[in-house]
Amino acid sequence: MSDAATAPVSVFAPWEDAQAKPLIQFQNVTKRWGDFTAIDDLSIDIYTREFFALLGPSGCGKTTMMRMLAGFETPTEGTILIDGQNVAAIPPNKRAVNMMFQSYALFPHLSVADNIAFGLKRDKLPKDQIAARVEEMLSLVQLNRFANRKPHQISGGQRQRVALARSLAKAPKLLLLDEPLGALDKKLRQDTQFELMDIQEKTGTTFVIVTHDQEEAMTVASRIAVMDHGKIIQVDTPSKIYEEPKSIYVADFIGDVNLIKGNVSRTGDGHASIAWAEGQPDLTGISHQDLPIGSAATLAVRPEKLSIYTSRPKDQSNVIKGKVLDIAYLGNMSTYVIETPSGDLIKAQIANTRRIHRRQITWEDKVWLSFTDTAGVVLDK
Amino acid sequence: MRRLSWFNAVSLTLGFAFLYIPMMILITYSFNAGKLVTVWSGFSTKWYGELFRNEAFLDAAWVTLKVAVMSSTIATILGTMAAYVMVRAGRFPGRTLFSGMIYAPLVMPEVITGLSLLLLFISIGLDRGVMTIVLAHTTFSMCFVSVVVSSRLVTFDQSLEEAALDLGCTGFEAFRLVTLPIIMPAVVSGWLLAFTLSLDDLVIASFTSGPSSTTLPIKIFSAVRLGVSPEINALSTIMIGLVTIGVIGASLTSKRSIAKRQKDEQEAIL
Repeated sequence: MSDAATAPVSVFAPWEDAQAKPLIQFQNVTKRWGDFTAIDDLSIDIYTREFFALLGPSGCGKTTMMRMLAGFETPTEGTILIDGQNVAAIPPNKRAVNMMFQSYALFPHLSVADNIAFGLKRDKLPKDQIAARVEEMLSLVQLNRFANRKPHQISGGQRQRVALARSLAKAPKLLLLDEPLGALDKKLRQDTQFELMDIQEKTGTTFVIVTHDQEEAMTVASRIAVMDHGKIIQVDTPSKIYEEPKSIYVADFIGDVNLIKGNVSRTGDGHASIAWAEGQPDLTGISHQDLPIGSAATLAVRPEKLSIYTSRPKDQSNVIKGKVLDIAYLGNMSTYVIETPSGDLIKAQIANTRRIHRRQITWEDKVWLSFTDTAGVVLDK
Repeated sequence: MRRLSWFNAVSLTLGFAFLYIPMMILITYSFNAGKLVTVWSGFSTKWYGELFRNEAFLDAAWVTLKVAVMSSTIATILGTMAAYVMVRAGRFPGRTLFSGMIYAPLVMPEVITGLSLLLLFISIGLDRGVMTIVLAHTTFSMCFVSVVVSSRLVTFDQSLEEAALDLGCTGFEAFRLVTLPIIMPAVVSGWLLAFTLSLDDLVIASFTSGPSSTTLPIKIFSAVRLGVSPEINALSTIMIGLVTIGVIGASLTSKRSIAKRQKDEQEAIL
């Protein structure tokens, strides 16, 4: 939460500003191949300088959306506007949009420098301008030493950076990234994520990234659109997506979550409570939905929001009784799996601030879990 | 190195003997001093000299070369275009029929191809000569080029072309600047294949050639019917020599480029 009085400008949130003009507008876009609907009546606005992530399992339509922006696919119905202009009739080579391909698609017969210069040469720029721009791009991705190498003479991470430099060379209004880090190993991927954010900030380009890796989307994006079966389920900032999912699908797709099923017992004041098991007190969480009393609902709460006690905590509102079924030691933290008397399994993640041999809780111990009223979200069904 | 078992050694010897003894005999007798092909009467290179003074053979060789270069070039252009359409155009009405028709000449008996072309040329009143042989050879070698090129295109990463489009190329520029340079080895081997097919074709050429346009295979065939002369042996030896040099050269270049690529890739990892 930033202080609105002192720094209102520094918060980048054009989607909350009714005056802001979106760079990309999908208006009721549908894409069908025969009987298969890849994109289903989808509308969304993406703003200038955003780092927008399309996140979803494979086959959810995220790549189709990106290919429609690049111009490789045309919508069956609806319109796509880029900068207020309907792009339906504009072929890919005439769009101020560039794409970084999942396979990088570097031209194997051209050197690194020639790959980067490829798009600039198509614009018929003077030679010295091309050379200067290529040099600039090479410095941006720190590959000056490799300018004359062929793509097969450099490593995977370097290839990824060449692909990025090539797609940024023409200074596009919009850069599309199709699973850009999929081929890199985990450590390199994390480094590159920060590098990507850095470059996005430096160049001020709008980035749209397609990924199935939720951690990656959380790290890089200003907003995430979680997709499923050609529809956008929720669009929000990473923290909102994580803390306040609007559906069980989103809660379950992003990160680890405990889903506790029950019936609504009490609502009001932005909260809702559910009765979920015999002999256990009701659980309360945030609720933005209009849930009728008695209807089926699910409380979604993240494992790290739970605290674990060896005796019943006094002043906590949400308390669950159970016994320790399993402990997974992950180094920096441990995951405890607690079995309630009704047979439900609930996960709690506790940071290992003390060394392992000082741990007080062990298998089969009787424990109490608790969390605050604002830790969980009560969702429909 | 492992020693061969006697069974392997025998089968290897038999196999090579089967393949190469006829050629060895031919090469040996090309250096025969006497006129009789089957009786050895001393070493000489005089038949090679005779050969180069025989204008009929030289003319035929020149016609053959012209036909081979022209027909293989046209076949390569048409065959590459056909392959590109077959692989890239996706589904269109009549695709299966069209692709079947491209490959039909692969299995069509040459006599039939030759005869049908002859009938065509007569019915449209085209005089038989170099031009008709070129057309005929283009027709039957085009499908070979198309097979070679399309097998390369199938493994071609289509996102390379999309990247070219994305960076501002028109469809044709993308083909010229990206696709063609990458599939070039396949196009070249398609050209070489068409070239060799045209060089040694006898059946189709004899249907479509005219009096002034005898190709080398026709010349050799008709000369042999009057009796094998040592000149023919000399000519054949030269052809064997050329083919050998070509094959060894091609395999050396490809081996070297593979080795270079592997070395480059190792350097990239370091």
